[in-house]
Amino acid sequence: MKARVHVMLKNGVLDPQGEAVRHALGAMGFAGVNGVRQGKVIELDLDEGASKADVETMCEKLLANTVIESYSVEMI
Amino acid sequence: MHAAVIVFPGSNCDRDLAVAFEAAGAKVSMVWHKDTALPDGVDIVGVPGGFSYGDYLRCGAIAANSPICREVAAHAGRGGYVLGICNGFQVLTETGLLPGALLRNAGLKYICKTVGLKVATADSDFTSGYDAGSVINIPIAHHDGNYFADSETIAQLHAEDRVAFKYTENPNGAQADIAGILSENRRVLGMMPHPERAADAGHGGTDGTALFRALAGALVTA
Repeated sequence: MKARVHVMLKNGVLDPQGEAVRHALGAMGFAGVNGVRQGKVIELDLDEGASKADVETMCEKLLANTVIESYSVEMI
Repeated sequence: MHAAVIVFPGSNCDRDLAVAFEAAGAKVSMVWHKDTALPDGVDIVGVPGGFSYGDYLRCGAIAANSPICREVAAHAGRGGYVLGICNGFQVLTETGLLPGALLRNAGLKYICKTVGLKVATADSDFTSGYDAGSVINIPIAHHDGNYFADSETIAQLHAEDRVAFKYTENPNGAQADIAGILSENRRVLGMMPHPERAADAGHGGTDGTALFRALAGALVTA
């Protein structure tokens, strides 16, 4: 089984990379892009029976820095 | 003073830091990241700059969970001294020994230049060799040096006089111009600028020397 973890900078934490992407899209002529936030996706290949709680512990301890990042876990 | 300098795969300021400690009179032990113990009698642990584990996942995140970092945290917990510079500062925030985090520079560029730093407090064994409020020139070299913490934490750092250094001209977007902070017991310092790169006349500046000398003076009998 697999888990997919989305890690994003928390709201209120400036995302300079997202801002740069937003500027670039505007410069390319894509109008109406009001904001861009850039995060990362981490896919885990797990033993059968692994729980969402296990993955959340991994997020708390390593995959996300909860000072600046939020995460969500999707079991797939 | 017996200093241990941690070496991670990707560390690149480890030898510079060792030379700076030695120049201040320290005995220096280099400690590999897979080691599970610090040498006996270590007074201070130096966590050097570089790109530990290739900055994979987040700067300092993998290093913070390496075997030796558990020992570094235990050393700090016993009241031992720790100096984290640049990537070392990132490692110390990832371990939780210091609050906050280091984000990508606001201008997105890697910045390598000498900057002015205001010594925000002289009340620590790292900064006692400087006059509070004085300005020193120290090089920075980082891509992720933009200090972030929530507003309560920033207020607490100021209230407890734990901001060690502030940029005179903020190069990276750091909150409150913060370049370096102290732990609650004032024995752990994390800073983005590189005092070990301003510790010899050949470096073009020696403003970092006073930091290492102050430590040597404080830790001489430890």
